[in-house]
Amino acid sequence: MNLDDLTRSTGEWLRGEGPLSDVVVSSRIRLARNLAERPFLTTASESDQTEIYRCLANDVTAASDDDAMFVDLNEADPVDRDFLVERNLISRQHASGSGSRGVSISARETRSLMINEEDHLRIQGLRSGFQLETIWEEVNRADDAISDSLSFAFDSQLGYLTACPTNVGTGIRVSVMLHLPGLRLTKEIERVARAARDMHLAVRGLQGEGTEAVGDLYQLSNQTTLGKTEAEIIDAFSTSIIPRIVEYERAARDTLAKKQPVRLDDKIWRAYGLLSNARRIASGETHTLLSPLRMGIFMGRFSKFDVKRWNELFLFTQPAHLQKVHGVSMGERERAIARADYLRDRLGDD
Amino acid sequence: MQCERCHQAKATVHITDTVPEKTERHLCENCAESEGVIVKHHHPTTNEVLQQFLKHKAATSGADDITCPKCAMTFNDFQLKGQLGCPHDYTVFREFLLPLIERAHEGQVRHIGKVPKTAAATVHRQTDLVRLRRELREAVAGENYEQAAQVRDQIRMLEDA
Repeated sequence: MNLDDLTRSTGEWLRGEGPLSDVVVSSRIRLARNLAERPFLTTASESDQTEIYRCLANDVTAASDDDAMFVDLNEADPVDRDFLVERNLISRQHASGSGSRGVSISARETRSLMINEEDHLRIQGLRSGFQLETIWEEVNRADDAISDSLSFAFDSQLGYLTACPTNVGTGIRVSVMLHLPGLRLTKEIERVARAARDMHLAVRGLQGEGTEAVGDLYQLSNQTTLGKTEAEIIDAFSTSIIPRIVEYERAARDTLAKKQPVRLDDKIWRAYGLLSNARRIASGETHTLLSPLRMGIFMGRFSKFDVKRWNELFLFTQPAHLQKVHGVSMGERERAIARADYLRDRLGDD
Repeated sequence: MQCERCHQAKATVHITDTVPEKTERHLCENCAESEGVIVKHHHPTTNEVLQQFLKHKAATSGADDITCPKCAMTFNDFQLKGQLGCPHDYTVFREFLLPLIERAHEGQVRHIGKVPKTAAATVHRQTDLVRLRRELREAVAGENYEQAAQVRDQIRMLEDA
């Protein structure tokens, strides 16, 4: 398998299936691990970093399935790196880093093992909809398999040791990506975000830290990694946090449908009109317009296409995906035209 | 019901005054806050906690001279970069790091989660004990005595082992 194979599909996290998928787009768990007796990347020399890379690349490959793909990010083309960020297989920081670093990606893109991101290793599990338990099983198993032949930095009091003391302990980061257009339209989103922050959760945009919530997509993740078991941290999401927010969002959508059906349909169909007729369109505007369509699909108010097609549109209109599919590097203006062409082609009356 | 002050947001704060005469007011959260009727709590994010700690040098006076013998990082370097140099730093700077760790993790300073398979048996046992003792406290506090008894038995078994 190679990177070009990925351009034929949308990847696991955007399948649009799985529990609560009307509101929960995808779920993710990451574990931070570092090799014992090696410097963190902050102080690692170039040769240290290469040594860590070699050691982990070997081990990670041995612990992965045969059809997994390994990408050397230091060698990779910048567009390919952005392409992996857009698919949520590596972080923005990992893409823009320097020196020896890489990622192993499982065939269905449910698992990626990032070498030399902020920590030596980040084990990530990613799935469509709300499936934290399944992901935890997979991630935990991968952690066990990799640690069979090497030892991770671990302290009996503080747990797994990480470059930043805010990740110490379990090293676990649970993130759930939510689509909350209803709460934004009813102006309740700030209240929900504040409640989430009060529960010590981080609320961010699509691609993590420091990014804006584009297209009504919000990422909720835990901040506390010490003093709780992994199961407790996951459980808080599964039993209280997420079901409650899903309930609020569904109630907001119901309210809109009952009280402002014309406003709601106008949002949806106006967005469809723009997307299917624009001659040039930016990535941000595309995602903003796609948002009411996803809600419309799940509310049964929009049936021009299904959620699978929606996911395709969402993913393939992003800058690196557009360029991958066209096979050429394009500037922002060219991309805006190519994006509009792509949308008209996909949305044209079949 | 709309907020009677901004006439835009939904009124969620309802105040009834009885003195000098009975009056009712209906405000949205923002207006209620700006009138001082309610105070919104702001929980700092973990990143904010870290940034505050890094800037606040007074809390770590005495740490400046400490250097990690393995990675040569000084505590000052850590305060500049926000990241540690090697796993050994957690031992070298422990007393200065613990207050930060405590604030970043809701007051916790003891790991009770997964332990690597390769760790010594005593580490597994200690971690299990810490976790079980906390479970016991919680069960007693919640008056789940049946569960508390089970946890207590588990603790005894581990202590005797």
